[in-house]
Amino acid sequence: MLDATDLECVRGTRRLFKGVSFRLVPGECLFVQGPNGSGKTSLLRILSGLARPERGEVRWDGQAIGSIGPEYHALLAYCGHANALKEDLTPVENLQAAAALDGRPSTLEAVREALDAFGAGAFHVLPVRALSQGQKRRVALARLRLCARRLWLLDEPLAALDASAQTTFAAMVDRHLAGAGIAVLTSHQPVGLRAPTRTLSLS
Amino acid sequence: MSSVSATAAFRGIVRRDLRLAARRKSEPLFTLGFFVLVASLFPLGVGPEPELLRRIAPGVLWVAALLASMLALGRMLSADYEDGTLEQTVLAPVPLQLTVCAKVLAHWLLSGLPLVLVSPLLALQYGLPADVIAHLALSLLIGTPALSLIGAIAASLTLGVRGAGVLIALLVLPLYVPTLVFGAGAVDAVLAGLSPSGNLSLLGAVLILTLLFAPPAAAAAIRISLE
Repeated sequence: MLDATDLECVRGTRRLFKGVSFRLVPGECLFVQGPNGSGKTSLLRILSGLARPERGEVRWDGQAIGSIGPEYHALLAYCGHANALKEDLTPVENLQAAAALDGRPSTLEAVREALDAFGAGAFHVLPVRALSQGQKRRVALARLRLCARRLWLLDEPLAALDASAQTTFAAMVDRHLAGAGIAVLTSHQPVGLRAPTRTLSLS
Repeated sequence: MSSVSATAAFRGIVRRDLRLAARRKSEPLFTLGFFVLVASLFPLGVGPEPELLRRIAPGVLWVAALLASMLALGRMLSADYEDGTLEQTVLAPVPLQLTVCAKVLAHWLLSGLPLVLVSPLLALQYGLPADVIAHLALSLLIGTPALSLIGAIAASLTLGVRGAGVLIALLVLPLYVPTLVFGAGAVDAVLAGLSPSGNLSLLGAVLILTLLFAPPAAAAAIRISLE
C-alpha cells in the first residue's frame, strides 16, 4: 500500500505543487496528468525516494520509505525519462546488467523472453546505439517484465512507442494490476487500460 | 521473492563496465598512452644524464601515473549519470556504497592496473636498477587503488557540473599528495639504499583509510547530485 500525505514540491523558487495526498492499494493505478512543467516527474522522483519533498511524507505499508530504504527499492521499479541503457551494449547485455544490478541475475532465456514479449526480440544483437527511440523505449520497458516488482513508477512510458507497442504496454500494466501490483504513471496520451484508473491532476 | 545477492550486483557492475571498455577501447588506451608519453618526455627535456635521470625517476613516474589516472575520472560516473543508469543504481536493492566500490574496482582495472604493468618498462629508460623497479611497481600497485577511490569522491561531487574535468583536477590533486609522497618516497628510499617499508606501510594505511571513507562519501555525493 502506497501512501502519500500532503506532498509539497519546490524547485528553485517555484512551488510546483502542494497538498498532494493519495493512497493506492494493490491493484490500483494512478494516472498523473498535468501540463509540461507541472511537476509530474518531480512527483514520481519523490515517490521513488530519489528526491525529497519539501513537506509531506511517502509511506509504504505504513512505514516511511526513507526508513526502509533497500527493502522499498526491492519492490520498486522506476522508469524515468532516460532509458538507462548503455549505448555500446546490446539489449540482451543491457537487461542482463540490469538484472544483475537487482541482485538477481537472470538467464539468457528469461532476458530473450522479456524482449520478445515487447517485440524487441528481432534486434537483440544490435548495439542500443543503432536502435530508434521507440525501440530503445521497448527495451527499457522490457526490464519491467524481467524484474518482477510490485510498485511501478513510470514516467512517460508511452513516449516514442508505436500503436502496437502501446497496446502491449497497456496489456502488461493490466496484468501487473491484476496480480495485485500498483502503478503510478504519467502520460500525455490515453494509455487505454482496461483496469479502472484514478486520475491526479497537477496544475 | 528470491533473495537479493549483493555479490551478484557487484560482479554485474564490474562485468558491465569491463565489457563497455572492451567495446570502446580508446578510453583505457588514452590513459595508458598519456602515462607513457609524459614519462618519455622527461628524459628528452632534462637531457641524457644517467645520474640525474635516476634521481628524478621515482617522482616523475609517480606524478605521471597520478595525472594519467586522473584523466579517466571524468567518465567514471558521468556516463552513468547522463544515460540514467546511475538513477537505477541508486534505486537498486543493494547498498550504494557497494556499487560505488564496484565502479571504483572497474575503474582501477582499466586505468590503474595498466599503469602498474607498464611502469617497469618506463623505468628502464631512466636506468633504474631491478630492485628499484620492483618497488616502483609495488608502490603503484598499492597506491593507484587509493587514487581511484579518492577520485570517486571528486567524480561524484562534480556530477552534472559544467566543466567538470578541470574541477575534478582542482579537487583531487591536493588529496593525492599523501599517496604521492609515500609512493615516491618508498622508491626513493630503495634508490638510496634504505628500507622502503616505512613508506610502503604508510601507503597501505592511506589505501585502507580511503577504502573506509571514500565509498560512503561518494555515495552521499551521488544521492545529492541526483536530487
